[in-house]
Amino acid sequence: MTEQTMTELPRLLPASPDGRQVQDLHAHLSRYGRLPYRERTGTLIHDLEAAGLTGRGGAAFPVHRKLTAVYEAADQRRRPPVVIANGAESEPASDKDATLLWLAPHLVLDGLQLVAEAVGADTAILYTHADRSNDVGRRLRNAVAEREAVTLDRVPVQLAEAPPRFLSGQETALINHLSGGPSVPTFIPPRPTERGYNGAPTLVQNVETLAHLALIARRGPRWFRAVGTADEPGSMLATIRRADGQPRITEVPLGMPLKELIGDVRPDQAVLLGGYHGTWISGQHAATLTLDNAALATAGARVGAGIVITLPADRCGLVETANVVRYLALESAGQCGPCLNGLPRMAAAFAELARGRARPQTRADLERWCGLVAGRGACHHPDGTANLVRSALITFAAEVDRHAKGRCGAASTAANPRASAKPFLPIPKTTARTEDDWT
Amino acid sequence: MAERTAEKLIVNPIDCEGHGACAELLPELIAMDEWGYPIVDSRPLPPGLERHAKAAVSACPTLALRLLRAEGDRLRR
Amino acid sequence: MWYASRSTGVVLLVLLTLVMLLGLLVTRQGRLPGLPKFAVTGLHRNLSLVAVAFLLMHVLTAVFDGYVHIPLTAAVIPLTSSYERLWLGLGAVALDLMLATIVTSLLRRHLSRKVWRGIHLTAYVSWPVAWVHSVWAGKDLQHGILLVLAVACLLAVFAGVIWRLASAARDVPRAERVNLLMAAVHHRSAAHDRDRERTAAR
Repeated sequence: MTEQTMTELPRLLPASPDGRQVQDLHAHLSRYGRLPYRERTGTLIHDLEAAGLTGRGGAAFPVHRKLTAVYEAADQRRRPPVVIANGAESEPASDKDATLLWLAPHLVLDGLQLVAEAVGADTAILYTHADRSNDVGRRLRNAVAEREAVTLDRVPVQLAEAPPRFLSGQETALINHLSGGPSVPTFIPPRPTERGYNGAPTLVQNVETLAHLALIARRGPRWFRAVGTADEPGSMLATIRRADGQPRITEVPLGMPLKELIGDVRPDQAVLLGGYHGTWISGQHAATLTLDNAALATAGARVGAGIVITLPADRCGLVETANVVRYLALESAGQCGPCLNGLPRMAAAFAELARGRARPQTRADLERWCGLVAGRGACHHPDGTANLVRSALITFAAEVDRHAKGRCGAASTAANPRASAKPFLPIPKTTARTEDDWT
Repeated sequence: MAERTAEKLIVNPIDCEGHGACAELLPELIAMDEWGYPIVDSRPLPPGLERHAKAAVSACPTLALRLLRAEGDRLRR
Repeated sequence: MWYASRSTGVVLLVLLTLVMLLGLLVTRQGRLPGLPKFAVTGLHRNLSLVAVAFLLMHVLTAVFDGYVHIPLTAAVIPLTSSYERLWLGLGAVALDLMLATIVTSLLRRHLSRKVWRGIHLTAYVSWPVAWVHSVWAGKDLQHGILLVLAVACLLAVFAGVIWRLASAARDVPRAERVNLLMAAVHHRSAAHDRDRERTAAR
């Protein structure tokens, strides 16, 4: 393989400019080669360690360590493990997993079989949200059927559907739901790798992670490391949304300069990195950063699930954030005292700031609540929400003052019809009213 | 050199209902937030507080407060 | 010794009534006036252990008294005593459930929550059974001041259970808690806005 093809992108998405090319099994195997079952335990894990593949679901946990943990737990407890492909992309601002499942389902399914073999699993599940048109579901069912027809899969794959909640894709919540409970997080300990789906050692990997894994198994760790940085190798799918409004899914190397992703932005224009649990930073700052955790950490941000959104000049960051914080509060599982109590209050306080109706103690209350909720829930929902709020208070500090004086820096004002249009940051309708909404 | 592995306190926020007995029995490590839920210092237990920590764990009506071995995630049995 | 068995039995009934009432208080995070919060669980636990001591005395004095023959096994296996087979049998049932409750509580850390809770809930059965045993196994609680005492215990536990159920019925189910709180803080916020406008308008 020449150096040129090693660093060529995209890897996961079809090269064809017509992204709607149907990926049937035959086309998939022609393009990528046969599914390389390893037959010997440990070799895949070894390759993954050399490749340095980390989870692409947002947490960036080293994949080889997760696989090892599951393998060892299964061995110690003499209990066959379970592998789950997590395609329940609940982040409203992200679209990469749905796109991947639509365009390259067989890569994901290959990855699922390979991890099943590596840990000795007897159960494999692909977990996704129902999409409005059910097209993705149908394509996945067809893909699984194609593989069954030629007995390509050694572990039969079950397709399971996630409820339309923000926390549905959270690791312990999805295991809870699949095990027959509600789609809300559970406390750790025990770790899912130790005791998860129906009590078995469970591996949960994001679908994109599995797709990369399927290629590493074919092309080796050196190929994977040909792009990206030394500490954060490889490529990733990113959801980029510039001020013109339309989100684009592109595959980018880790370490790519953000400037190339966000294009020309005014220094005072704001950029949201990492989605609704992410971080607001100024355009000026963003232009100096690269898309990797080492660089973003200096700005208090993380790569997360690869979401980079530029706020248009005629949109108000405070109003948009207030909408998101309200959504996040409504999506709380309501299980943990600090989150249940803190997030609604944070949402109301932030809304006061956005409306310019803040009282003297509103800002202090907000800061205090951010500190009180972080790290005190069973999952990272309160932490992520606090992170978003804090970064908004910093990045939009000038805007807060303007709103307090009854003005707004966004080109449109309340009188402008644009302002009553749909929010720029998408807010799904939340309907959690009964226990059934969680199951 | 410790003969026992260091222990730490953790609270399961799902089981915790904010009874508040723990904070009364171990104010050195457990404070109450403004909504009645415990803020637990989860660093390794300082010497001399182990008895009080066990009393606090014992007093929790929902068994939300637990004592864990500091380096592992296994519940101390 | 026979009198010892009867008198420890009376004390035991009072103790178990208090333990029940304290248990109900714990589930609703109630407080005893003037006492810290941990006192409620603490008293509940300590009184139940004192009750175990009295239970032992109550059973042993009855068994080792020569007045009537009651084998020790009849204390744990219901309906095996020839003396007052039914009423003593109920006492054995209450004893078995009570010991199970106490042992599982002592070993709480090692059991799953469901198991511990399931056995603890049998208190709602063992208390009434113990009460029936108390009133009918002997004649002491059927006249005079002891009858008043027995009825008072019954009414107290009955009232306690009603209070506990009514209080729990007002609890908000998990899925609705977030919405309720969102609405509440929103109203508070809106009220603040109105106050501000009123003061600004003056």
